[in-house]
Amino acid sequence: MTAQSLPDVVRIDNLNVTFATDGGAVKAVDGVTLSVAPGEVLAIVGESGSGKTVTAKTILGLLPETAIANGAVILSSKDGSSSNDILTVSKQKLRQLRGTDVSMVFQEPSTALNPVYTVGWQIAEGIRAHGEFSRKEARAKAIEILGRVGIPDPESRVDYYPHQFSGGQKQRVVIAMALVLDPGLIVADEPTTALDVTVQAEILDLLRRCRNEFGTAIVLITHNMGVVADLADRVAVMYEGKVVEEAPAQQLFSDPQHDYTKRLLGSVPHVGQGTTRATARALAREPGWATEAPVVVADNLKIQYPGRLGKPGFTAVDGVSFIIRSGEVLGLVGESGSGKTTIGRAMAGLTRVTGGSLTVLGHEMIGFKERAFKKVRSDIGFVFQDPASSFNPLLTIAECVAEPLVVHGRAANPGAARKRVNELLEAVQLPRAYGDRYPHELSGGQRQRASLARGLALEPTLLIADEPTSALDVSVQAKVLELFAELQKEFGFAALFISHDLAVVDILADRIAVLYKGKLVEEGTGAEVLGAPKDAYTRRLLASLPVPDPAAQALRRDELRILRAAG
Amino acid sequence: MTILTTEPTTAPKAPLWTRLPVVHQLRQSVGLQRGMLVVGLAITGIFILTAILAPLLSPYGFSQLRDDSGAFGAQQPPSGDHLLGTTVGGYDVLSRVIWGSQTAITVMIVAVVLSIFAGVALGLVSGYFGGWLDRILVVVSDAVYAFPALLLAIVMGIVISGGRSDLFGGILAASISITVVFIPQYFRVIRAETVRIKAEAYVESARVIGASNGRIMFRHVLRNATRTLPLIFTLNASEALLTLAGLGFIGFGIEPSSAAEWGYDLNKSLSDVTSGIWWTSLFPGLAIVLVVLGITLVGESLNDLADPRLRSRRAPGKSAAGVYAETSVVPGGTLAAGPGGIDGLEADVPTYDPHPNDDPFEAKS
Repeated sequence: MTAQSLPDVVRIDNLNVTFATDGGAVKAVDGVTLSVAPGEVLAIVGESGSGKTVTAKTILGLLPETAIANGAVILSSKDGSSSNDILTVSKQKLRQLRGTDVSMVFQEPSTALNPVYTVGWQIAEGIRAHGEFSRKEARAKAIEILGRVGIPDPESRVDYYPHQFSGGQKQRVVIAMALVLDPGLIVADEPTTALDVTVQAEILDLLRRCRNEFGTAIVLITHNMGVVADLADRVAVMYEGKVVEEAPAQQLFSDPQHDYTKRLLGSVPHVGQGTTRATARALAREPGWATEAPVVVADNLKIQYPGRLGKPGFTAVDGVSFIIRSGEVLGLVGESGSGKTTIGRAMAGLTRVTGGSLTVLGHEMIGFKERAFKKVRSDIGFVFQDPASSFNPLLTIAECVAEPLVVHGRAANPGAARKRVNELLEAVQLPRAYGDRYPHELSGGQRQRASLARGLALEPTLLIADEPTSALDVSVQAKVLELFAELQKEFGFAALFISHDLAVVDILADRIAVLYKGKLVEEGTGAEVLGAPKDAYTRRLLASLPVPDPAAQALRRDELRILRAAG
Repeated sequence: MTILTTEPTTAPKAPLWTRLPVVHQLRQSVGLQRGMLVVGLAITGIFILTAILAPLLSPYGFSQLRDDSGAFGAQQPPSGDHLLGTTVGGYDVLSRVIWGSQTAITVMIVAVVLSIFAGVALGLVSGYFGGWLDRILVVVSDAVYAFPALLLAIVMGIVISGGRSDLFGGILAASISITVVFIPQYFRVIRAETVRIKAEAYVESARVIGASNGRIMFRHVLRNATRTLPLIFTLNASEALLTLAGLGFIGFGIEPSSAAEWGYDLNKSLSDVTSGIWWTSLFPGLAIVLVVLGITLVGESLNDLADPRLRSRRAPGKSAAGVYAETSVVPGGTLAAGPGGIDGLEADVPTYDPHPNDDPFEAKS
């Protein structure tokens, strides 16, 4: 009964936000109306540029000076005793409200914490800014809150500096800072995006506990539908600055109303999608295929980065063996720091191999010499993770795509290569007129297509794709993955597909290899690895991956808990 | 008529002249920043024009002591014949100030051109290849930094011209001594940019393709590394002028018979100040201050405009007008198309124009 008598912790009423930019005024949020009840988790989902972060930042009054907001954002305190319109309150009042009524959890925990102060100091700073507390009391409170967010041994770790914590623990500390004044509302801006999937599951657990134990309402901003399914009570879908659909989570996933929501849900990759396709491809191979010379052979491959003077080097890849046969896609999965990117770079001659053996297209990479490797390079294509930075900003797309043709003497200059470039652009489903544009004039997905075109320009026998879709929105990712599969079928290149996302790898790969701390823990077909994982780490990885279905996700959560308790 | 005038705004690219370095920034700027830039450009423009038109503007030559009606006389106050009076050596102050701009601009151009090529080339090679060459060059440039610039310039002046100070020797001595001080500046900026760009994905992608080092350096790194050059260029130009004036002031400048030089004139007018003769020191001093101020204003405002965080923009107005702009999603909507098809996804995309219409209210009127 009491819960119903309390007002909404935040009520956003017809909010408009406009930014002043070089190109004139740009509207980021257009007539958004939302409310969050006490103890409720509202997820705002949408693609980049949909206005979800701007909406959330308005709740804390954190908009930059170039922004102009109108409408109303009514924020109430946890006990319902006072309420204020964030857009009109004075700066002083706003400072009082931040921390006590509303606080924030940031995306990147390593930049949200000040590296030169201890975490205890940083938590106490917030406490002492909002009331009369002695140093001792503040410290006691900091220790208490650290314990409650699951930092082991908080009495001694309160004096640790941020770099002494792991990424997941740092995010716990950030959440502790947000919780310490017991606010009615926490705004969490992509709180798990920068974290590995196994850590993500723990942080989501913690956020759920925040709601249950502290009674805090949460505004969760995310683009990951799995995270939404895991945590949210209610979901607001934003598109082009407007809220296009708002529904309880269960209902949104089972019965989406708006077309955009339907398509968004349809483009979320989920495990098990590619198994049938991979089986069909395996069956279609010619009988002698398995005995042909493989394109890439790694045998007990070791890659060590040199350490500083007198210190041992860091071993990024430790005794990994695998082969890639012609026309085969090997998916390489692992968390950050598992060495997956290092392997890809070593295959392209960007990182030195220090032990074992790595043979790429018959060329031994130990004792690598650029001059000897140059002719092999025309048979290797590479697609980089970030489409924004992998093009020279001063060259047009056509010039960038023509670059490999010019370097390998297939064309005298970019102009002469234009005909081939046009063919390539069409192969990746870009209009040929886009060749005359500069990289910044294309969207992320379009740039990644152009990047594929560049990688395929020389019709390579081996393509290395290093997280080609992780910088893209889900719907764009689905399109790029589809294109990748089509091109692979058409050109028949072998590929190493590196990703941190099991579901993405599953769509494309014939075989999947799982890396953990530089070691290959499991390798096999999608059906083997994902269907019946043998290694404990693979099982944990698989169970940590949230699925876009609240009911199924609740079951998986319990499974993961059992797995974690066991191992 | 109105229809005709609004049509060009739909053109896909802005005309070439609006994309030129300074013109682009001038159009982009607003408010105080625009004021600073305009004042700086005006002063610099007047300075350059004066230098070019010096033979037409100045009433006498820079080393002229007499005309048809006899000698000018020393320390004559401003009058009809000598608008700004004459110096202790009997030269016309106005003519010396005007001709001095020519010396100043020559030194600036020679100094900056000499140092820019050497500095950029060294920075590029050093930053791109790294290793022992890089280490040595960095140490050398640090050592040059450790010397007081003026002292170094004096030493260079003596070494180069052996104390003689004709026009060519004087200008070259001043320029080269400034060059020595400036090369490390260009070297450092370009080296830092090169080191940063070397790690960018597009350089790695060029390496994966198999491009040679030379091609990567000149096609991919160099053009991206030179963004900050116009800025250092302007700041160094004003520093070059100050060094030249400093050299002249302490007596290492160019003789008055070879060229007019503001620093030298200031030196000679030192004793005049105490005896109430103000015109001999005021005008050369003012010329130095104004030119340095003008060029620095240009440099500073270019710096502010180059940084999106410092750049001020037109306020959108309280009405929260403006169009919704997609910031990174595919234009036209990523999900608008059917599966796999580009028709409807990217066929009818309006061309993205970063500056469609600089004044949002222009079209209405």
